[in-house]
Amino acid sequence: MNGPVMNGPTMNGAAPGEAYLAVELTGAGRHPAAWRLPDAAPGELFTAGYWTGLAQLADGAGLDFLVIPDSFAPPAEGPGAEATVRGRLDAVAIAARVAPVTRSIGLVPAATVTHTEPFHLSKAIATLDFVSLGRAGWQPSVSRTQAEADLFGRRDAAPAEVLWREVGEAVEVVVRLWDSWEDDAVIRDVSTGRYVDRDKLHYIDFTGEFFSVKGPSITPRSPQARPPVVLHLNEGVPDGADEPGVLAVAGRWADVVRLSAADLGAAAEARTRVRAAVAAAGRDPDGVPVLLDVGTLLAPTADEAARTADRLDGWAEAAGVPAGDLSGSVSWVGAAEQLAGLIGDAVHGVAADGVTLIPWALPSGLRLVADELVPLLRERGLRPAAARGGGLRERFGLSRPANYFTEAQV
Amino acid sequence: MSGGMSGPRKKLVHLAAHFPGVNNTTVWSDPASGSQTDFASFVHFAHTAERGFFDFLFLAEGLRLREHRGQIHDLDVVGRPDTFTVLNAIAAVTTRLGLGGTINTTFNEPVEIAKQFASLDHLSGGRSAWNLVTSSDAFTGENFRRGGFLRPEQRYERAAEILEVAKEWWDSWAGDAVRADRAGGVFVPDGAIAPVRHRGEQFDVHGRFDTPRSPQGYPVLLQSGDSDPGREFGAATADAIFSRHGTLEAGQAFFADLKGRMPRYGRRPADLKILPAATFVLGDSPADAEQRADHVRSQQVGGQTAIAFLEQVWGRDLSGYDPDGPLPDIDPDPENVSITRGRVRHERDTMALARQWRELAESKRLSIRELIIETTARQSFIGTPAQVAEQIDSYVQADASDGFILVPHLTPGGLDEFVAKVVPELQDRGSFRTEYAGSTLRDNLFQDTPAQLDEPRSPASQGT
Repeated sequence: MNGPVMNGPTMNGAAPGEAYLAVELTGAGRHPAAWRLPDAAPGELFTAGYWTGLAQLADGAGLDFLVIPDSFAPPAEGPGAEATVRGRLDAVAIAARVAPVTRSIGLVPAATVTHTEPFHLSKAIATLDFVSLGRAGWQPSVSRTQAEADLFGRRDAAPAEVLWREVGEAVEVVVRLWDSWEDDAVIRDVSTGRYVDRDKLHYIDFTGEFFSVKGPSITPRSPQARPPVVLHLNEGVPDGADEPGVLAVAGRWADVVRLSAADLGAAAEARTRVRAAVAAAGRDPDGVPVLLDVGTLLAPTADEAARTADRLDGWAEAAGVPAGDLSGSVSWVGAAEQLAGLIGDAVHGVAADGVTLIPWALPSGLRLVADELVPLLRERGLRPAAARGGGLRERFGLSRPANYFTEAQV
Repeated sequence: MSGGMSGPRKKLVHLAAHFPGVNNTTVWSDPASGSQTDFASFVHFAHTAERGFFDFLFLAEGLRLREHRGQIHDLDVVGRPDTFTVLNAIAAVTTRLGLGGTINTTFNEPVEIAKQFASLDHLSGGRSAWNLVTSSDAFTGENFRRGGFLRPEQRYERAAEILEVAKEWWDSWAGDAVRADRAGGVFVPDGAIAPVRHRGEQFDVHGRFDTPRSPQGYPVLLQSGDSDPGREFGAATADAIFSRHGTLEAGQAFFADLKGRMPRYGRRPADLKILPAATFVLGDSPADAEQRADHVRSQQVGGQTAIAFLEQVWGRDLSGYDPDGPLPDIDPDPENVSITRGRVRHERDTMALARQWRELAESKRLSIRELIIETTARQSFIGTPAQVAEQIDSYVQADASDGFILVPHLTPGGLDEFVAKVVPELQDRGSFRTEYAGSTLRDNLFQDTPAQLDEPRSPASQGT
């Protein structure tokens, strides 16, 4: 197997006191009026140049990974909808497009499993791992609405707990398919004329409540073998409560957990629930970092940030855009200095092992992360001096996983 | 060189490049054979194709590992990446090369395909192409929750309907929907996204699509079917067709047949390119090329591969036979033709084929392996670069095709020599481009086709 070598336990992962730092990239930013700012690029949102620009900024800032949300949800309708960004591109496609032009950042597209075949997801993420030389991850997500179900016309919308039970199965199928090729299955044995050793290819023969999948994958085991699974505990859930059924999936399968919380106290409580779920699944909670979402509107000064926020809110209000909860989580409108303080408090107060920044406005919000926030975090010992090398698993201190089909079965 | 040629302008030769992968023509045993999955192989291959001004690169797909006699077939290359993902990554390292791939219509839903192709088309600046393949086998269906539910006779019905629905999704966004009008505060006006409601035999879907119309509107549509319904579908919908016909005369007949079917769909013959799959071997002299071609064929058809081929036709376990010995005495088992699964089967009468092979082997005194080499592995073009250029050019000028999709036998360097040596010969002959004509694949594929009066090419003119 070629690609980055990550055999054996690694000594990587965040050093004590350091924070994991990720960014979520959505269109022109999370604020519905962000596309109207003078430094926005609203005409470019569906071009490769826009996304490679964002990804290279994040890569240059040494962030651990970027997340690209995705959904099949139809474009917004109703009052104010014309004044919001409508339309999106496939997140795995964007991640693959930026992979060859970035160097060290992890690439974590969201992929919905509700209406998509796990066989397709498995080979798509494995291939993202090949084209990024070991920097792929994925964030499984669900399609809750009947409007999404109607686009497929195969089944009706289901309750959240059913959807998350299905995610658990889908992730299991995907991971089994990743393991269905042993690392050294390709032998190219000229003397016997065999390209593969078929004893090292495995039928997964998975049968569950939602899926039955035969296997093996059509794609060989990727550089990381198992790209990290990033799970969001409560994406889009209004009051910050956990999605029903999500904790069990996180406990068993998550390599990284993201969550929204109104304040650091709520984050700490949610983190405790996650750690308990991980322990209950027989895994080490210290091996599963929990990242808090932080909505950000950064400006060189707090005043400037406040003025920009007022301007954005004013546009939204005038257009009748419903005043939504911007990230459903802690938000920071101000200068980088104080945001660095917030991140330090979150990590030192064990509310989180790091944060996922959700810029209200792009690309401006990302530029200040690179130019101001990251240098400050480095000064404070919250970030390493340079981006860590290697694959995304290594960033989280994850060793190369054993193969399900070869490890001793109890 | 044919600099003195006058009269009507020569047809342009169009070339596409098939990435050598899971295919019995791919030689993996050669020391020059590289990884089939490392991205570097795709980069190398794509760069070569773009340097040679090829119209597009092409990736095949198979959604289940092939099996032979109940076991994973281990003699050919096994394993490949996900088509969409690798094409999007290749878009990052190329600027003009078209990016085409097979995407199965049986194991995907139209809204997913529509979104994925629209995304690839946006992210590549209008370079996507889709080879629609519809399979009906329960064997592949075992990898999918929906299973292999399709009856064989429904294949083109499903293909036509999935294309129809995908076009409805693509057409649901106006081409100028994204206004991004800061001053007026309108990003996309309400009327620019139309709802879709489709109720048909295969699909019952409705709603609004979430991806804006892409630079090409639709991906370039590729087809490879050769049956009557396949030809009809191609004439109605395809931008290019891959079907392979051996001789010049057979190629001309296919060409004329396909293009003759187009007017009844309101299409002009020039709106469809016929690009048969072709293999090639180059040499410094004709004799050198023949020698190299022999060598490649012996690499492609090892002893075990020869036995496996014969088993496909015989429908029996022939593992006890010596590949370098004569054909088996026993007759084929006509009841057991699906001994190999996961690849296109011989649709011909296998008993007749077996009889034909036996006669050939007896008259030429061929061993099993020699017979298989003789019947399956002869390359389309063998010769010096000038000879191969001449063969390709004359085939195209004689309307046996509009060009070829080349299938090299080596990954990733199998196209290097062709681009270095044959492309300049074709350019000297005045039948190959010396730069890309436009930025989208459709611009390039149809650079020599006069625009229709009702441009842009609209779906309404292509009744399905």
